[in-house]
Amino acid sequence: MKIFVCIKQVPDTETKIKITPDQNGIDTAGIKWVLNPYDEFAVEEANKLRDANPGSQVWVLSVGPKARVVESLRTALAMGADEAIVVNAENVDNFSTAKALAEVIKAEGGAKVIFSGKLAIDDNASSVSQMLAEFLNVPHTTVVSKFAFNGENVVVERDVEGGAKEVVQMMTPAVVAANKGLNMPRYASLPGIMKAKKKVIKEVEFSSLNIPASDIKVKYSGFTLPAEKPAVKMISGDASAQASELVKLLRDEAKVL
Amino acid sequence: MGKILVFAEQTNGKLKRSSIELLQAAAKSGNTVVAVVFGSHAGDVTAAIGHNGANEVHVVKDAALDAYNPELFTANIAAIVEKVQPSILLASASSTGRDLFPRVAARLNTGIASDCTELNISGDNVTATKPMYSGKCFAKANFENSSVKIVLMRANQLPVAAADTAKSANVVEQAAVKPDLKTLIKEVVKGASEKLDLTEANVIVSGGRGLKEAGNFKMLHDLADVLGATVGASRAVVDAGWVGHGMQVGQTGKTVAPTLYIAVGISGAIQHLAGMSGSKVIVAINNDPNAPIFQKATYGIVGDAFEIVPKLTEEFKKALHH
Repeated sequence: MKIFVCIKQVPDTETKIKITPDQNGIDTAGIKWVLNPYDEFAVEEANKLRDANPGSQVWVLSVGPKARVVESLRTALAMGADEAIVVNAENVDNFSTAKALAEVIKAEGGAKVIFSGKLAIDDNASSVSQMLAEFLNVPHTTVVSKFAFNGENVVVERDVEGGAKEVVQMMTPAVVAANKGLNMPRYASLPGIMKAKKKVIKEVEFSSLNIPASDIKVKYSGFTLPAEKPAVKMISGDASAQASELVKLLRDEAKVL
Repeated sequence: MGKILVFAEQTNGKLKRSSIELLQAAAKSGNTVVAVVFGSHAGDVTAAIGHNGANEVHVVKDAALDAYNPELFTANIAAIVEKVQPSILLASASSTGRDLFPRVAARLNTGIASDCTELNISGDNVTATKPMYSGKCFAKANFENSSVKIVLMRANQLPVAAADTAKSANVVEQAAVKPDLKTLIKEVVKGASEKLDLTEANVIVSGGRGLKEAGNFKMLHDLADVLGATVGASRAVVDAGWVGHGMQVGQTGKTVAPTLYIAVGISGAIQHLAGMSGSKVIVAINNDPNAPIFQKATYGIVGDAFEIVPKLTEEFKKALHH
């Protein structure tokens, strides 16, 4: 069976963010790009599913500027994915990204299970998986920390509020968005990295997918940095003095009590 | 002026604070406010929905909607949107909101802005501001080609005034739409915690490796009980297995935005700061004066958490009971 994993390349958490002069985006010069951390769980779970079902294949798929996004696809290949496709695109939003993913998956003959991370850490939106599922007319579950496949259906556990969990059964094909806790992603092995380097990554131009311009639904502008925080107020004295001073400050100065 | 549809959430017949925030913000905008509420307890909250500014509330009192099912909820929201024809749809970036509304947006061929922290409604237009890149910057989400502009707001971002019991909403009962489903909710396992989820909590007490061992989290729970707070944790202690992943605050955990965040024995790795920097007031207690958490904190205490936390618990008890 065919298993797809949709991944996104994002700036590394440690990267300093600079805003462009027109305030319509961030300056990407000098940014270190990485595979979105939640997508690592998705790649790992796809690999495990493939390994347990001989004859299966893991296809990893990403939408973004080809020149850099291929690096994250190679990371996924080095982790064990079999094939990779990049949809070369600039300035597409989540809606049109989900459309593009759906079009490519359909064109490749569909998939039994489609994995992704529960959200991308750049926009924290958690929306592409659900939109993709809707465009493919298949069920989805997000924030998944347990996954099982019985040949026909998938049964997943989803983390919800207050430590609660939902056990959900879905008919396949289905979209599964991974949370931390689903597995321990394997490190790319050296032979894996060498093999990934030689793989041919299939390229698709976004413009060839016939997605109308009206499928761009949200544009971001007016980027600003957070306001400077005032310097920390250190509280001295012994433990008792510190405790009573803190409570006083929280009540009288910060007014949060 | 147009109509704003608010997705109201309730737990056991009590309207969530995050929904009250949205209803009041919608009412302030001068638009007609229509709320929608699902489930067998939906009728219990219609009065509260009216008190908080809705002109009309659509109630789908069907027990089939007690447990969240993405396909079922999408079909029912889409049906309500078709009836109400709102220009804006507001919902909380809750567990349900975040899962549901992107699918609704795809079905309605419209745009969505998730995880927003500021809301500006002008006529039937809306822009929302949201943190990007783990809160390292903010950006405005502008809608294009969108019949209904869907905005998901983080909890605790909008002010809440006292409810006006003189106001009431016109209640419209709706039958549930029941499409064929490919998703089956087999079981809902309740969480151990009766406390508010971290993402909705107004006060959070969080612990890190400085607590030395799992059993010492009891000290934080004692403090949290006095403050009515929810307890969180750093990644290090979640990975060490001291507490469950549901308690993790940070990049691969939860993004929180409480009024008060007390970090105990947390050094402040950038991934942790990414999850909690939206907190209004941050207190850091750590024995290392060079811990990076102090750079983000409002108030800092260098010292032994095992001495300070119990003293703090006592002081808060005194302060809060006067």
